[in-house]
Amino acid sequence: MSNRTFTKEQVASMAEYIENAELNVHDIPKVTNDYPDMTFGDAYDVQWEIRRRKEARGNKVVGMKMGLTSWAKMAQMGVDTPVYGFLADYFSVPDGGEVDTSELIHPKIEAEVAFVTKAPLKGPGCHIGDVLAATDFVIPAVEVIDSRYENFKFDLISVVADNASSTRFITGGRIAKVEDVDLKTLGVVVEINGEVVELGAGAAVLGHPASSVAMLANMLAERGEHIPAGTFIMTGGITAAVAVKKGDNVTVRYQDLGTVSARFV
Amino acid sequence: MDANLIKQYGDELYNAMLERKTIAPLSSRGVEMSIEDAYHTSLHMLNRRVEAGARVVGKKIGVTSKAVQTMLNVHQPDFGYLTDDMVFSQGEEMPISERLIQPRAEGEIAFILKKDLIGPGISNADVLAATECVIPCFEVVDSRIENWQIAIQDTIADNASCGLFVLGDKAVSPTKVDLVTCGMVVEKNGKILSTGAGAAALGSPVNCVTWLANTLGEFGIPLKAGEVILSGSLVPLEPVKAGDFMRVDIGGIGSASVYFS
Repeated sequence: MSNRTFTKEQVASMAEYIENAELNVHDIPKVTNDYPDMTFGDAYDVQWEIRRRKEARGNKVVGMKMGLTSWAKMAQMGVDTPVYGFLADYFSVPDGGEVDTSELIHPKIEAEVAFVTKAPLKGPGCHIGDVLAATDFVIPAVEVIDSRYENFKFDLISVVADNASSTRFITGGRIAKVEDVDLKTLGVVVEINGEVVELGAGAAVLGHPASSVAMLANMLAERGEHIPAGTFIMTGGITAAVAVKKGDNVTVRYQDLGTVSARFV
Repeated sequence: MDANLIKQYGDELYNAMLERKTIAPLSSRGVEMSIEDAYHTSLHMLNRRVEAGARVVGKKIGVTSKAVQTMLNVHQPDFGYLTDDMVFSQGEEMPISERLIQPRAEGEIAFILKKDLIGPGISNADVLAATECVIPCFEVVDSRIENWQIAIQDTIADNASCGLFVLGDKAVSPTKVDLVTCGMVVEKNGKILSTGAGAAALGSPVNCVTWLANTLGEFGIPLKAGEVILSGSLVPLEPVKAGDFMRVDIGGIGSASVYFS
């Protein structure tokens, strides 16, 4: 990951290009088309530059997300590592609230479990026990992803540069202490307009969603970063991502954690 | 179909089960078979087993997932009969070489009834009130039809492709678990194979039992107190062979496992 081919100027220019696609709501070809030698190090540099651009504009980073954490998705992409991204303040949508589809390109939703930490998590060597001990509570979350790439088609390096397709998230339901829920067998049922479209259990995420948080800590350590106390972390889709459109009403039912819903307008 | 042919098909299926061999699909033999004919065939097959000493201990509901319904081009489930010789307990080996032909395992929730349910007119509330407990379960389905080349009539006639089943180690009152959202994790030889949730079976396992009570009620058949009802798979079927170890965990209920020999 430390391997890099980009100059600072190239990082800045690509960050501007990708972020503009997000802000102006238009798709772009995946960036590796023009930069086939681009590395993961380059891609994360671009993502962190997008983050810096947003913070410089006054946005706050309110959490982190893991993506491609299910084995099914990793196999589909032909990779064995998940990716991470950051969540900006304006990504947050209240439970039962509206997601404005005019601000998005081709949104999809995924059901996830999110963690909030009460102690810092530092890699390398962070494991599931560290994560459970450092967890304040878990909370259900529905992630809206929206790749900036044409037809939602990308490779792993391109998606990292695009902040792991992050765009919106909805939290709600009720929180729980990790000792009160079995996150491995925790079931989720995704309904769109009242019809069940996807379902699964927590184990779909790396065997246990807490493993995803440990992996995030270890990936951040490669850049000398860590997960501070009080961080909100979405652990990745338990279910496959489902395309949504204007007019859709999404409800996700979580075992023991209530319901999260949103309307796409 | 005339009664003699129904008997002949039922005998064929019964013998195939005993001798562990498959037969050609009934649905592609040039004789039109209705769903009702298929259930009569299944009943004849059951009668042969009961004459040989088997006792009915419950029912199973099949074809409850959207994927299987689409594959078989039907929009309702089916059912078969469970007998005492089909039940396995935790820790018992399931001998494929003695009992099964082309087995596939599926994780399910089993209902144990404490009251009779006599349809029609049964609601989900009636089913929940009549349920003593739910138990994690592996149903090991099997087909006496060549290469699982089944139409809906074939599987119904063949006792809803039922093979054997194993009940888990924990029983939970239905008041303690949300049967729609309870998650399921299936592991094969220690590796996570699939996950699902209660809603995978017709939106809720309770819907499946209600459907069965009402469907059987039309024929004057009750679901009886003490019976075990397998409510339908929550995950895709998985082919198994001797040496495989399968485990299912269901959130808020418990686990079941089975070793195949």
